[in-house]
Amino acid sequence: MSVDITMIVDGERFDLAVEPRHTLADVLREQCGRTGTHVGCEHGVCGACTVLVDDEPVRSCLMFAVQARECTVSTVEGLEGEDGTLHPLQQAFADHHGLQCGFCTPGMLMTAVNLLDTVADPDRETIRAEMSGNICRCTGYTGIVDAVEDAARSR
Amino acid sequence: MKCAPFEYVRPTSVDDVLAALAEADGEGKILAGGQSLVPVMALRMARPAVLVDVNKVEGLSDLECDDGSVHVGALVRHRTLAEQTAHPLLAEAARHIGHTAIRTRGTAGGSIAHADPAAELPVVAVATGATVTVAGADGDRWVAAEDLFAGPLMTTLDPDEMVTGIDFPVPTRWGFAEFARRHGDFALVTVVVAEVDGDLRIVVGGVGPVPIRARSTGAETLGDELTPTGDLHGSADFRRGLAIEMARRALASAGIQG
Repeated sequence: MSVDITMIVDGERFDLAVEPRHTLADVLREQCGRTGTHVGCEHGVCGACTVLVDDEPVRSCLMFAVQARECTVSTVEGLEGEDGTLHPLQQAFADHHGLQCGFCTPGMLMTAVNLLDTVADPDRETIRAEMSGNICRCTGYTGIVDAVEDAARSR
Repeated sequence: MKCAPFEYVRPTSVDDVLAALAEADGEGKILAGGQSLVPVMALRMARPAVLVDVNKVEGLSDLECDDGSVHVGALVRHRTLAEQTAHPLLAEAARHIGHTAIRTRGTAGGSIAHADPAAELPVVAVATGATVTVAGADGDRWVAAEDLFAGPLMTTLDPDEMVTGIDFPVPTRWGFAEFARRHGDFALVTVVVAEVDGDLRIVVGGVGPVPIRARSTGAETLGDELTPTGDLHGSADFRRGLAIEMARRALASAGIQG
């Protein structure tokens, strides 16, 4: 039996009927068209599905969409400017080879957005610790840490 | 990797939570932060018929300090625990729980009720002599943390009871040390040293079905009384060795000669 919810995703209001067992990740992808949010392990290990719910990072595979009722959700698709300009973190990931296949990148970016919002001047050790909940199988992480560090410094 | 269907209810009071659990007749499960429950549901290792979402229950998100003790409401998130300064041991332990995106959701009450033998908060609860407030049909009861844990993922709670808060005494001296293979992983071994009212406790997590309170007061003799079981994450001998070393470090950071 579905439940009616309202949530704001990247500034857009959605009135949805969701099945309680569907995760926020599923509903973002399948009912909100936000396929930029990737689903990797589906049990809270890989971090690929990280989004911000009311400005806090959460793993959207470990939260049911019905729990996001009346919440504000930010996904990777809300990062770029209206004219298509990349978010400074997106630009830094491109500049520093912070991605290869790109599957983990949406989660990496949303985790990094929260990091930049909450830590004024993060050093490399802090960045590595904060990003350690997001797994990347391509880059070896160095480019990712470089990108986040650059974005943090050039604010 | 998708959860089986369930009925979802979202009560706003403890009484309504208890009523929903009673109505579910043993088939209900409390959903708090969901950081342990949702993975096991996704893997279909758990298939509760009813999920009772307690996130909107009022009055369970408070963190209050009084008289040498910190009261932590069941819905206080690990992130809040990590950032508070009233109970430094609790803050240190909370910083070791998972990653930021887990700490923003995971709750103190959930961690205690889940009773994972490798989790940090149960070890801190036993080491500080914490008291757990449990709501049930007959009203509240208060359980000493060491009487709550019955085995791996098992407690002495009834299926229609709910943890509503935990009182953690603030230790005069304390030390925390854990070893995990990767940042944010569950620890292989956690050792918490805490002195409350002159009573020094060394409690070890990850070496038994529940947090183990050591009889010895030194790291060297600790190894003799532990009987860890080996698994793919580490052999029994390795865990025993880790426990001794973690105890040494925890005692040292507490300023106590081990």
